[in-house]
Formats: sequence, structure tokens, C-alpha cells
Amino acid sequence: MGVEGIGARVTRKEDKRFLTGKGRYTDDMIVPGMKYAYFIRSPHAHATIRSIDASAAKAMPGVIDVLDGKQLQADGIGNLICGWMIHSKDGSPMKMGAWRPLAAETVRYVGDAVAIVVADSAGEARDAAEAVVIDYEQLPAVTEAVAALAAGAPQIHPEATDNLIFDWQLGDPEATDRAIASAAHVTEIEIHNNRLSPNPMEPRATLGIYDSAEDHYTCYTTSQNPHVARLVMSAFYNVAPENKLRVIAPDVGGGFGSKIYIYPEEIVCLWASKKTGVPVKWTSDRTEAFLTDAHGRDHVSKVKMAFDADNRITALKVDTIANLGAYMSLFSSAVPTYLYATLLSGQYAIPAIHANVRTVYTNTVPVDAYRGAGRPEATYLLERTIETAARELGVSPAELRRKNFIRTFPYQTPVIMNYDAGDYEASLNAAMQAADWSGFAARKAQSEAKGKKRGIGMSCYIEACGIAPSAAVGSLGAGVGLWESAEVRVNAVGTIEVLTGSHSHGQGHETTFAQIIAGRLGVPIESVNIVHGDTDKVQMGMGTYGSRSGAVGMSAVVKALDKVEAKAKKIAAHLMEADEQDIVIENGEVKVAGTDKALPWFQVALAAYTAHNLPAGMEPGLKETAFYDPANFTFPAGCYIAEVEIDPETGETDIVQFVAADDFGNIINPMIVEGQVHGGLAQGIGQALLENVQYDESGQLLTASFMDYAMPRADDLPSFKLSHQNTPCPNNPLGIKGCGEAGAIGSPPALINAITDAIGNNSLTMPATPMKVWQALHAAH
Amino acid sequence: MYATSYHRASSVEDAVRLRARNEEGRYLSGGMTLISTMKQRLAAPSDLIDLRHIPALRGISIDGRKVTIGAATPHADVAASRELRALCPAICELAGHIGDPHVRHMGTIGGSIANNDPAADYPAAVLGLGATVATDRRSIAADAFFTGLFEIALEEGEMVTAVTFEAPEKAGYAKFNNPASRFAMTGVFVAKTASGVRVAVTGAGSDGVFRHAGFEQALASNWSADALNGVSVDASRLLSDLHANAEYRANLVKVMAKRAVAAAG
Repeated sequence: MGVEGIGARVTRKEDKRFLTGKGRYTDDMIVPGMKYAYFIRSPHAHATIRSIDASAAKAMPGVIDVLDGKQLQADGIGNLICGWMIHSKDGSPMKMGAWRPLAAETVRYVGDAVAIVVADSAGEARDAAEAVVIDYEQLPAVTEAVAALAAGAPQIHPEATDNLIFDWQLGDPEATDRAIASAAHVTEIEIHNNRLSPNPMEPRATLGIYDSAEDHYTCYTTSQNPHVARLVMSAFYNVAPENKLRVIAPDVGGGFGSKIYIYPEEIVCLWASKKTGVPVKWTSDRTEAFLTDAHGRDHVSKVKMAFDADNRITALKVDTIANLGAYMSLFSSAVPTYLYATLLSGQYAIPAIHANVRTVYTNTVPVDAYRGAGRPEATYLLERTIETAARELGVSPAELRRKNFIRTFPYQTPVIMNYDAGDYEASLNAAMQAADWSGFAARKAQSEAKGKKRGIGMSCYIEACGIAPSAAVGSLGAGVGLWESAEVRVNAVGTIEVLTGSHSHGQGHETTFAQIIAGRLGVPIESVNIVHGDTDKVQMGMGTYGSRSGAVGMSAVVKALDKVEAKAKKIAAHLMEADEQDIVIENGEVKVAGTDKALPWFQVALAAYTAHNLPAGMEPGLKETAFYDPANFTFPAGCYIAEVEIDPETGETDIVQFVAADDFGNIINPMIVEGQVHGGLAQGIGQALLENVQYDESGQLLTASFMDYAMPRADDLPSFKLSHQNTPCPNNPLGIKGCGEAGAIGSPPALINAITDAIGNNSLTMPATPMKVWQALHAAH
Repeated sequence: MYATSYHRASSVEDAVRLRARNEEGRYLSGGMTLISTMKQRLAAPSDLIDLRHIPALRGISIDGRKVTIGAATPHADVAASRELRALCPAICELAGHIGDPHVRHMGTIGGSIANNDPAADYPAAVLGLGATVATDRRSIAADAFFTGLFEIALEEGEMVTAVTFEAPEKAGYAKFNNPASRFAMTGVFVAKTASGVRVAVTGAGSDGVFRHAGFEQALASNWSADALNGVSVDASRLLSDLHANAEYRANLVKVMAKRAVAAAG
């Protein structure tokens, strides 16, 4: 502990540079001789490419070259891959269609990359792109997953008959059906989870640099996981062997999942740099981001929840169709399967669960993990269903949840997950108290007196963070292990660098990771630097997503720090002629417990490097590496309550209060955790009320700018009431669970439950726009 | 954006001369729509003739109850004018809720009405107040000025120099924002003027800003929000888009009209 250690509200070390415009993002990178790329993209949702004529474009001012997919293929650059194998319930592997970094024969969504122009300036590249003549033969397109499965739908990949990628299941279908057949009550509901565009503040960008003297490539990119990018580009795309490819993800302005994946642009810019002999930079504009960044969600599900006569849940049956877009993005197959169906037990003891998931190709942007990834879909489905059940059964939604809570841990669900710790009632009680739940009826009466409709709704979410035990995910089809690495490097003067495989793109790692060190050693936080995002500097690591940096990344730091401390204690014991067991490190000193003997931390570090007087046989230096493989997922959980007031004349929703009671286990920096919850809530409220990706029937993206895609703004949001309950995670050294996604996971159902409560009509889909609420309200009355 | 030549006009005459010299040129008066359109390469004027720095086009003058707003006056100035607020607070309120602070300091009344975006706020005020649009060569009544979606009655090379109106006895504006763009998904300006009641609707009409005769008649005989209860709004003349269909807009037209009357007092 201490003012800068675990639990302290340390202001973010990185903010000075971000708030003063001194951040260094990929687009800020300027290297000698650098040229600019413009990607020519398909204007059609589905078409074959008959011919590409770039002759006029190549003759235009400033143009270095125009390159297309046939050239890329001829040079042996591989197709993009999905890294998580899912098998259908008949045992057959998922049907992965070819995703070429530049389409050569067929384009499958509006925005599919076809060719690249490299020119002296971005403007000249774009001018020349307009002179490239591409002859397309348009094909029929389909954008909705349900329609894509229907007979006669346009076929998108020859590998996937009827556009079906896999038909997968989890749980026990027979036991579930039996329980439903003998239930006292069955709630049935259809659930739509709307399609979202991630919209990080910084659009994607990449700079590919080929060094012909060393036959070496450098890739600057907006990545959440530069080592994974290097691995995939080496192992699957044949860009270069890993030792000849350096990937640097410098400051990155938000990701929300969309920057996990390797996209065509990184690969193509590296290849184009070799082809043209110049460094090649590409920066997405906002519309390009809407057209090409992996989207999130887009599920349609049918749900049955069965109850016994005592209102205990006896079974849950879910049939989901998930839209994966035109190609299988890197982790796309895992999202609607192992990150979704495994959480369908929620906070409830449900004896029998069966989930069937069909994933489908459509002529839309690929869909992959977006803040929460599968868990928001599971939570929305479950919490809308139980709320609906409470209304049908005529019981309090809080009491129905309370009755069905899991209360003993560890708890093995019927859908793989083994919950390690939790106290769901604590969060429920805290949230209801903070929201003055019992005073709602009086507030509703006040609203009604002024002609407004008031509603209240809750959501009890659980999620799985800290992905994940490598052997477990490997057995489920993951192509990688999901451990994390850290190196704690003590300099000769006692200052410290921590090299972490986690990547910070808004999370504040430079502060929180440093707090771990500062707290343990009692050194000033300024003496600790966090190094990340460069494959040449940092040992192999797996990156940041799924709220794993705390639970996995920091655990690796702790392991490395344990080793550093052990060695420092040995050195100190030797120097002070004391027993190693008696040495303690605190307040920047290495001490012999119970005596006044002490050495300043820097002196021990210096001794390690001068090596004049080390214990016999000890190597000089003070630097240790650790790889941490988690024993289990972590299970943050909580209860969110939304209270809304609806204007029946316009259908406008005013969120009059929003309460979030979260159990994240131990907290390193409460200020940063609150910021994460605020951001997650904003995105969840955005999904519930505002955001929606829409295509027209021909596959044109209608919401391709902020003029039509409604992002939440500050004045769309209330002031949040937050609280934290704490059941420490027993499976990692810090007892932490993860907080990055909870807000986005827990909030949508709370809001929709509140709005449907207000308007007295349970048929409402997200986003609950003023028009939809107005329509639902008038349909109900 | 395609290459373009920028000219900062020093006077109205200078602007008209520059425009005449450049057949593919465009006037620029804030550029809140034009510059975005150019950045998307959907417009490619050879020359931009910036009107915002012509002193004669900037500022608000008040003579008795006659108000003249120079065409290059930014929204923020209209919103902040105490003299104007004393005479016609509705137009100050309207100007103060256009876009965001950046837009309000760049965008101008002349630029807004010359663009005549069907979701812009100012056309509702200009039409609702029965204003007169002065140009470099003539005066045009608001009723004749707005001719359709992004269409106005200006001739080639003609430019708006000012908007003039008699301060109304009462006026009010109410709008419902598009959740994404925050343009008016429906905005209604009501005014009780010397020549009668006028009600102008923006954001909703399939031909752009329009007057609602039924509302005007109802309010002429009884200036109250309740007077509009029985008046119908014809949805067949209204826009349907991603955010609002015509039926919902018809509802909003009525609700916003009532709120505008309530705001007018």
C-alpha cells in the first residue's frame, strides 16, 4: 500500500502527453522517403471483378505504382485467417472462405479492398484511384443473417453451403427439452442484438517500411496486440519471418476490440513497401472506418426459459443466428460460441442449458469482438428474458433474480464455466439501495402527474475476463495460448522498466502497472516506466482485450517482481550479513526485519550491476522475466439499475438515474476503474438507445458517417452512481477480475427493461430510438 | 478534397466580380456544408469566394422594430445579441442551438439559407417571420426564396447580403433533434406578425421548409397550443428516412408546433 500503490487514485501518468497533444500515434510517424497509400474499395456488396485497368492512373502526377490482388497472390501473400477453430455439432470444421488482402476475383462487401495506389501525397493517391477503371459484374447480395440462411439466398463463399459457417451447440439438449416440457411456466422471447460500429477516436492506420539492405520489415500499426500481429503476419500471411518483422503499436487511441485483428491494410502496405521500394503509409478516414473496421454483435435469438411452480429456473434454451459478415475475422468464431454461450447461466443456478448457434456469411463488414464480445449478447438475452418472466409471473424482477442466484462457490455451470467467487446479492442490494428502488412508485406517480411515463429496470450481469488458461482455450479450438508476459528490469540506479506484453490504448497501464511496482517496493511512481507495444523491445506477449491486462498482464508483472525481489533479498542479505528470510522490502529500502540495518533500494540495484560483492555463484544484474498462464477466467459481476422518464409525445427517453454496483475484486486504481465503467456505460447506453449499423437491401452501408450513426454524447448520459463490492478473485495473485467491459455488458438490458416497464410494451428492439419508443407506446395503448 | 483556389472577398462588389470571373466558383459563407461536401469529393468548385470577411455583410442592425441581419453574421452573434433578444428572442434561441459551438462561430445566416438544407434551422425562422432576403441585386420575399430541397430563388452569381424582418408580436421555435446529426428532425417556427400568423416547418418536408396553413388558421383564431389539437398534418408531404418515418414526423410537427406556441407565450 501507500499513496501510489494498490488502491490509490493516482492520476494518469500518460495524460500529460495525451492532453497536451504530444501523443505519438501511427499517423504521426514520418520516415524519410515515405509515400501514401489509397485503398480502392468495392462500391458493390457482391460482385466479380472482370478487369482492372490502372494504366491511366499510373501515368498521373506523383503516382509511384498501382498494385492489385493478382500481384499480391503472385507474390505468395496468404489469405487472412480466423484463429479459433469451431466444429459444427456434426463434427465438421467451420467453413472458412478465402479472404484475400486484396480481392482478386470476387468482392463480398462494400469496402472490400481491391487495389492500392501509392503516391507522393495522399491527395494524389486518391486522385489516381479515381482513374483506375474496374469492371465489376454485380451479383445479388444479402445483408441479414436470417435471410442469408433462407433458401435461394445469394451464395457468398463456395466453401459455405447456404452461407452457413458452422452449426454449433453447447449444453445438454435432451435434459433442457425435458425440463421445458415439464415446466410450470415457460417464457418465450425473441431477442435481437443490434449491430454496432466500434468507432475508436483514432481511426486505423499503418506504416509499412521495407529495408532492402537487411531484408527486414517494420510495421507501425494501430494494434491492441502487436506480437499477435507479427505472429499471424509471419505464420499465415507470408509477409516475413518473425525475426525479419518488427511490429510497433505506439500510442493507440482506443480500440474496443476493433484493433485486435490483422486487417488487409497492414499486410498490403508492408508488401507494397517492398514492391515500390518506399515506406508506405495509410490512414483510414472516418467513413472508411465505418466501412472496414470489424463490427460487433448482430445476433438474432429465440429463447425459452422454464420455471418450476416455485419460480425457480429449471432450464434455458437458446437458438441463435449470428452474422459474421463477408469473411471470418481473426476471433470471429469464438465470439458467438465460447465467449457467449458459456455465459448463459448468468448469475443463476440453472440446471439445464442448451444453446445452438449458427453463424452465417453476409455481404457486410466482418463482425468480430467488440467491447464485451459475446458477453453483452448473453447478458442482454438473459436479463431481458428473466425480466419478461417476472412480468409474466407477476413477481418482482428483483425477487425473481434473488431467488435464482448462485450462492455457493466454486459453482460449475452446465456451460463449461466454473465460477470461482462472487456475491450477487451484495451487488443487487447495493444497487437497489443506491437507486432508492422502494421509492420508485412515488417517483412514477410524480412523473405521471406531469404527463411523463416512468420506468425502472435492472440487469444482473456476469462476465468472464482474463482470458484465459491456455490449455483450456486450446482444447476449445484457440490457435494461440492466452498467457501474458512481463519483464521487470531494474536499472543500476534503481529505476525500473517494466516490459509488458499487454498493450495500453486508453486503459492507463502506464499508471496502474507502475502502481504495482511502486506499492511493492515503496519507490516513487516516477521511477517506474512501462514499456509496451514494440516487438523489438518487449518479449512475446498476447496483448490487450477481454479485460485481461489486469488479471493476466499484471499477474505476470507480479511474478517477475517476485523473482526480482527474491534476488534483491539475496544480495541484501549477503551485503548486510543477514539471513535472507529476515529481509523485507518497504519504503524504498531493503531492510533486515527487526533491526536498524537497511540499504536503499538503489544501492542493492547498484550492487547487482557492479557485481563486486555478490553471493557466490550469483549472476550479475537485476532483471527477471515471467510468463503467467491463468488458472481460470475471472468472473466480474454486478447489478445495474436504470430509471427512465419517457416523453409520450415524442418517445424521447431521459435517463433520470443510472446505478452501477460492480464486483471487480480488488481494485488497483479506483479512479481509472470508474473511468472504465463510465466509458463502458456510455457504449452500452449507446447500443441501447442510439447506435445501429444499417445496410440497405443492396448492401450499401447507410450509416457510414456520424451524420447517420448516432454515437452517444455527454449530454445523452446521466451522472452515474457507482459502487464496488469486492469478492477477491482467488485465482490470481492480486485478486483482481477486470473492469473494462462490464459497463457495456450490463447496461443495455437495464435500460430496455426500464423503457419497456415505462411504456407497458415489451416488444422493443435496440436501439430504442424516440421513434421506436413512440411507436411501441402507441401500439400498447 | 480536390484542389481549389481560395479568395477572401473584401466587398460585395469584389465578391460578385470574383464569382463572375470563375464560372465553376462558389461563394463560401462559413462552409459548414460546402467544405464537408468538398472533403468527400462530392463538390469540386474551382474557386471559393469567402464572404465572411466583408464588413458590410456582418452584424445586426435594428431600426425601431425592423431587424437586419447581415448575411455573414455567424450564429453565435445572433444568439448573443441582447438588442435582438429584446425584440425577437425566438431567433436568438434558434441560432443558439444550431450545431455546436464551432459551427455557431463559423456558420452564417446567409450561408445557411442559401444552402437551404431541408433540416437546417434558419429557413424556418426566415420563412416563419416572413422575412425579406436582400441580395446584391434585389429583394426576395421568404415565401418566394425557398423553392425546394437545397433549392433557392437566386440567379447564377447572385448572393445573399442580408435578411430583414419586422419583429413579430410573438414568436417561438421548437425542434426535435436527429439523434445522430442533431440537425432538426422536425423544427417548427411560429410567429404572430403584423401581417398575420405564420408557421414554418423545417426538417420534415419532402420539399424542404414549408408553411402549414392549417396551423396558421387555427392559431390566427386562437393563439394557443391547444388550438392545434384538432388540426391534422399530412404525412404524405413529409420525409421518411433512417431516423424517422413520415408518420412519426407528422406527430413531431404537431408536437413541436404546440411547444413553439408555448415557448412564444
